Amino acid sequence: MTEPTVRPGAVVDEEVALLPSVAEERISVATQWQLMWWRFKKHRLAMLSTVIVFLFYLVVVFADFLAYSDPLASEAQRSLLPPHRIHWFDEGRFAPHVYGLTGKRDPATFKRVYTPDPEKKIPVRFFARGFEYRVFGLIPMDRHLIGVEGATAEETLFLLGTDEQGRDLWSRLMYGTQTSLIIGLVGVSLSLILGVFLGGISGLYGGVLDTIIQRVIEILRSIPTIPLWMGLAAALPNDWTVIQIYFAITIIISLIGWTELARVVRGRFLSLRQEDFVMAAELCGCGQMRIIFTHLVPSFLSHIIAATTLAIPAMIISETSLSFLGLGLRPPAISWGVLLQQAQNIQALAISPWLLIPSIPVTIVILAFNFMGDGLRDAADPYGQ
Amino acid sequence: MLAYLVRRLILAILTTWAVSVLSFVVIQLPPGDYITSYIAQMSSSGSFVSEQEANALRQQYGLDQPQYIQYIRWMKMVLQGNFGMALEYGRPVAEVIGDRIYLTMVVSVAAIIFTWCAALPIGVYSAVRQYSWGDYVATFIGFIGLAVPSFMLALILMYFGFTLFNANIGGLFSDEFAEAPWTLAKLWDLTKHLPLPALILGLAGTAQLIRIMRANLLDELGKPYVVTARARGLSEGRLIIKYPVRVALNPFASTIGYLLPYVVSGSIIVSLVLSLPTVGPLLLKSLVAQDMFLAGTIVLLLGVMTVIGTFISDLLLMWIDPRIRFEGRQ
Amino acid sequence: MINTVTESSAAPILSVRDLKTYFFPDEGTVKAVDGASFDLLPRTTLGIVGESGCGKSVAARSILRIVERPGRIVGGAILLQQNGSQVDLAQLDPQSQEMRQIRGGDIGLVFQEPMTSFSPVHTVGNQIVETIRLHHPVSTQEARERAIAAFRSVGIPKPERRIDEFAFELSGGLRQRAMIAMALSCGPRILIADEPTTALDVTTQAQILDLLRSLQEREGMTIILITHNLGVVAEMCETVVVMYLGRVVEEGPADAIFHNAKHPYTQALLRSIPSIHSTARAELPTIAGSIPHPYNRPAGCPFHPRCPDFMPGTCDKAEPGLTVVGDGQAVSCFLYDRT
Repeated sequence: MTEPTVRPGAVVDEEVALLPSVAEERISVATQWQLMWWRFKKHRLAMLSTVIVFLFYLVVVFADFLAYSDPLASEAQRSLLPPHRIHWFDEGRFAPHVYGLTGKRDPATFKRVYTPDPEKKIPVRFFARGFEYRVFGLIPMDRHLIGVEGATAEETLFLLGTDEQGRDLWSRLMYGTQTSLIIGLVGVSLSLILGVFLGGISGLYGGVLDTIIQRVIEILRSIPTIPLWMGLAAALPNDWTVIQIYFAITIIISLIGWTELARVVRGRFLSLRQEDFVMAAELCGCGQMRIIFTHLVPSFLSHIIAATTLAIPAMIISETSLSFLGLGLRPPAISWGVLLQQAQNIQALAISPWLLIPSIPVTIVILAFNFMGDGLRDAADPYGQ
Repeated sequence: MLAYLVRRLILAILTTWAVSVLSFVVIQLPPGDYITSYIAQMSSSGSFVSEQEANALRQQYGLDQPQYIQYIRWMKMVLQGNFGMALEYGRPVAEVIGDRIYLTMVVSVAAIIFTWCAALPIGVYSAVRQYSWGDYVATFIGFIGLAVPSFMLALILMYFGFTLFNANIGGLFSDEFAEAPWTLAKLWDLTKHLPLPALILGLAGTAQLIRIMRANLLDELGKPYVVTARARGLSEGRLIIKYPVRVALNPFASTIGYLLPYVVSGSIIVSLVLSLPTVGPLLLKSLVAQDMFLAGTIVLLLGVMTVIGTFISDLLLMWIDPRIRFEGRQ
Repeated sequence: MINTVTESSAAPILSVRDLKTYFFPDEGTVKAVDGASFDLLPRTTLGIVGESGCGKSVAARSILRIVERPGRIVGGAILLQQNGSQVDLAQLDPQSQEMRQIRGGDIGLVFQEPMTSFSPVHTVGNQIVETIRLHHPVSTQEARERAIAAFRSVGIPKPERRIDEFAFELSGGLRQRAMIAMALSCGPRILIADEPTTALDVTTQAQILDLLRSLQEREGMTIILITHNLGVVAEMCETVVVMYLGRVVEEGPADAIFHNAKHPYTQALLRSIPSIHSTARAELPTIAGSIPHPYNRPAGCPFHPRCPDFMPGTCDKAEPGLTVVGDGQAVSCFLYDRT
């Protein structure tokens, strides 16, 4: 028997809820984390989502490498160019290339109009040289996943088109992904610290402290948050640097997620405190710290991980929303929200629909985190059901 | 029952107080005070405010007093219905906000009604016909609602409205009614414009509620009281509506408590995209212009309305769930 | 090959013939009831016993046609006598008007868990009145009177007040009485009691059993009592059916089963009852092994891996049929199979 034929939690009917003895033995000797892994593996969508999330974080790490042109290099001449198609074959031979653009001035509107010129073939190379950056902020590099030869990438390659300032959307999207996903992680870490600390106190000590923290959470949950965060974000001084704003925004959005995490932590503490194994540890003379860290925390760590994963999408949406409104990150910082801000008015959108492209990764990442979190949550309690 | 009521009432009052403090913080946060902004505003329009005048104004507004006294003064003003002046408009805040606060509520409530009307039948269907084709479709829509932030949904719908129908789908009124006084015709016009913003705002909540409803109902469907009801000879349809759906409705009603703040939050940003005449665009404008009395008042009003809405939902819950009604009686 | 074994002067009010109820979850097929047959004589109590997982509850639900997906009846007949004619419940559409009239009308069901058997958001009376009006064309007021009468008949004090209470306001014993009152409210001829006393404390258990017995005497009701408690069976039943893994392994009059059990499984079950006469501190005999997983049912006689009298080459090759071994007693075991 290679696989247990029955899900540990699958109860068809009380009449048939028994396990085959072989699988039973395998299950009974497995560790908690092994059980969770088995259960998580069964959740196909969650597995797929985990891979997707992982890929997105690869983008975060290698954003410089994946971008091929300087995200800030603007040029009014190239304003609002539509996405460029890569032609993979040239006369039956694999030779990826793009067509060069020739600009003409429209005699009626005096606007420059660019049309691809099939005569001007610009080859696209992998691992091409481009603008310089530092890998992990240390090693200088100028290689990029793709690039063009014979002209600079800024002038010729526009995989996803350009924005109003003529900046390449693909490259900006890479950097936007980096910023938005890091903010999600940092924000959730701050929320986690706050949530675990307050939720822990609340669940452990109970009493007046618990009541106060619970009321605060309830109050915070019943206030519409966006107007409030807007107010806070708008109050950030105009003369702050990009980095300062970045941190301030991260802190502001981390104030959103902690209540849910605190609720989970408190609930776990409360239910675990009544478990026999905690009583047993107490009777064995374990100190409180030891009980908390060697007995309680390991048994709810999985729940916290699941809750944390589920909190990340809210962080990302908050950042995106605030930046979209112009109250979050401000240019020259690049994030998904900043990118989407350009799609705010209907005229721009109608002429250049590719400005909406950043909404695709936003949707995918949020979905992936949700599925992953769902899978983790289902797997978090391997002894349950 | 009384204990529950008192508890919810105290919470509502506490929340209102917290909202007022937070609104005050929003007003106080930007550097400089109201008068500094006022002077800046005046001098930019060419008039000059002398130092003495400024000091007199400061005294009049109590800006030379400690923060908590300022807060109390502000609260006194607010309770008398005086929300201060909106700098940018040079008119009282209450006048600038006008109908917009009601329209915000109308849009939010419409979104919640949409959420309920959509989530209830779909959730029931999904649970009763678990793993059916329809269940998968509902689940899929649910995930879309979950993953697409409402403002993005608005943008996408705007785009399609524009390209496919060449129509601007934004707004709450047709042009001829925008500035007109309230009449039945205007009300009807509003009703015709409501479904789209309600859908956009409500979709995320609907997605959540469908999931909640489906999970709750699946739990309930296996309970002995359902089997008993079946064994008593009830028909399947009547049985499901009367028993498990009714029980699963309780958590449903209690979700309004956090659905409302969520929808109100969303309405701010969606209004901006769809250019709805709610307080959303006004709030953003006032924040950008640092017109803090206006911004603070909007935050306060939104908060208070949410608290009232939540309290009403608590009452509703009490009416629905006998277990709450009997709490503390035994 | 499976035949009626019970001989009696009265015709059975309900006979189950070779009933097969299978479950089809994704992982495989579970034969929860696999060819069970038994007869129910009017005004008697039939006990169905077995370990949990033997299919006794599924058999009961099959009779009422309320087996839930992914389970369904795949074979056999459930013959109910109705005004001289015979209806095969297994052939009826579970949703049909006819079946629904039988459910609650002709056959009542009492459940193990009185707490969760009532809706938490409706009053007890609401549910009983509903049942009565479903089966009888009476006004709400009249139905309410009947419900109160039903409450009174099961010994609930102050029925006029209790009827407007919620299940969570009643005590465990009262809840089970209310449950019985609900099952009886439409005057069914057959009452199926599925572990009616398991969730109750011992004193209440005895009261409920007394109540069932007196109701039977008064109303002339026929009862199917499903339990794993052999003591309850000894006290209540005239006839006993012993089930193991969806099959009837032995059936017969209670006396015969308790004093002259034939099947090794029945014998083992009886040995595992603690006796007041046994030596103190003596270890209680248990049945070796555990019930096999329903997906890997042993071939041949399902009991053979645990059987002390296992005959290699016989018991693991073919399934034994029911053989008549005495007055109304039949057993499905090769030890007695002389064919």
